[in-house]
Amino acid sequence: MSDTITQTSDKTPAIIVDHVTKTFLKRNTHSLKEAFVGWTKGKKVRADVFHALDDVSFQIGEGESVAVLGFNGSGKSTTLKMVSGVMQPDQGRVFTKGRVAGLIEVGAGFHPDLSGRENVYLNAAILGMSKEQIDARFDDIVEFSEIGDFIEQEVKHYSSGMFMRLAFAVAIHVDLDVLLVDEVLAVGDEAFRKKCSDKLKELAQQGVTMLIVSHSMGMVQDLCTRGIVIHEHKVLFDGPIKEAVQIIRTTPH
Amino acid sequence: MTTIDLNDYDVPGRSRGILDVIRWRYLLTLLVRKGTATRYRNSTLGWTWSYVKPLIQFFIYFVVMGFIFGMDRGTDNFPLYLFSGFITVQFFNEAFGNATTAIVGNKALVRKIYLPRELFPLAAIINAFIHFLPQLAILVVVALIYGWIPNLLEIGALLLGLALIGLLALGLGLLFAGLNVRFRDAENFAEIIRQLATWASPVLYTWQLIQEHLGNAVLYVYMCNPITVAVELMHFAFWSPTVRANDDDYTRGWAGFAPHFEFYILGAVVVGILLLVIGQSVFRRFERTFAQDL
Repeated sequence: MSDTITQTSDKTPAIIVDHVTKTFLKRNTHSLKEAFVGWTKGKKVRADVFHALDDVSFQIGEGESVAVLGFNGSGKSTTLKMVSGVMQPDQGRVFTKGRVAGLIEVGAGFHPDLSGRENVYLNAAILGMSKEQIDARFDDIVEFSEIGDFIEQEVKHYSSGMFMRLAFAVAIHVDLDVLLVDEVLAVGDEAFRKKCSDKLKELAQQGVTMLIVSHSMGMVQDLCTRGIVIHEHKVLFDGPIKEAVQIIRTTPH
Repeated sequence: MTTIDLNDYDVPGRSRGILDVIRWRYLLTLLVRKGTATRYRNSTLGWTWSYVKPLIQFFIYFVVMGFIFGMDRGTDNFPLYLFSGFITVQFFNEAFGNATTAIVGNKALVRKIYLPRELFPLAAIINAFIHFLPQLAILVVVALIYGWIPNLLEIGALLLGLALIGLLALGLGLLFAGLNVRFRDAENFAEIIRQLATWASPVLYTWQLIQEHLGNAVLYVYMCNPITVAVELMHFAFWSPTVRANDDDYTRGWAGFAPHFEFYILGAVVVGILLLVIGQSVFRRFERTFAQDL
């Protein structure tokens, strides 16, 4: 592998995904016994290789807002997990520049038995914030979440909407250069959704790079300028968001 | 077309292993606090359980070993001997057990957000240590009742013993936590190790009995167990100062360490460091596929 990569976006890229392939093993047996019984009956015992991503390459320039589109199981979320570092590619390389934070299933770090306040601190620290930063932003977070006095309550007593609002509020107040968003904007009621997408637009204007995975065509057209369509684990299209949405609507499932 | 200088870029998910914990120490303190805060949530007796459970177990062993098998007659201050060794092994068992399930137990986080995964086993071990402190407090009280006045050397032995247990639990904990993600057999195997730990160290009996009944060759192997070394250090720290007065009767009191004990200490430290290196490298090897195996 070479040590340099040719730049394909107009601006300096913040995210580089270079010929990334990810394979999973699809196991046909789950225990020694099952494997043995299967083997005596002449069934397939060894695992199958399943390509989740097949030679995917793209670059996202600094400050760009890009949507990753595709049908269920096409590899969108896997792509995001590669960029966030949760998963490692089997082949190819991924690079990022600056601080990366994910709104990937916000609230994953919440503990039901801790109070809202304790959870804010825990989750913000998980996303890489220091104590001083959290102290400074705590009031903003609570205000944005519209939780109010419930912040001292244990999270298990929250309604699901309150839970998601608090989790989203924490994630959105993290210092970052690159934001990864995976299907989280189905949060709360109409008014709160509007508030969230306004906040994302504000971040985009501040020059935050965004990579968004969503099935909501309205939202991605609102937030993004460019779309990458992943179909059957390969990049099918990479270009203006309008065309990308058109392609996803006309591609047979 | 321009080319990109990759030196400005980070590779996501690439960590420096256990060293990254220094940068993430604030999160580590929060994870530890979460563990202590939620441990006895919704229980009315709360931390009382941390005292009651080991005490019950201690009394069972004390009755069985002390009275039924007569260790109490052969060993002075046997309850102190028993308890100081017992909580040491207990500390190891809890630290190692918690660390083994730390990654699987934090599945939701490991699958979704990248952070140095070593944090979870490490937090589990620190939690086990905090949980060990009440037991240590009971031990100190019991020792004081027996007239315990330690000198610096004995305090040093106490710290070295606990450090050894911590090191060992971390090395083995990382190894098993990493393996456990793909092979849940690791959890069961770890449990066997924990069951053996009490019996493979001089907790319920003295090392002299090993020499007497199994011979010197077995004693050499027996002493190579780092937990045994830690337990003996704890006996030296807590039990030996209270039984030194009985020097005329060696079989009942402190008869000194096993022969060549200084080499066994050195060996235990080397084994501990070796296990940490192995544990960390296996952990990193398996870490690459944590998110997809969970």
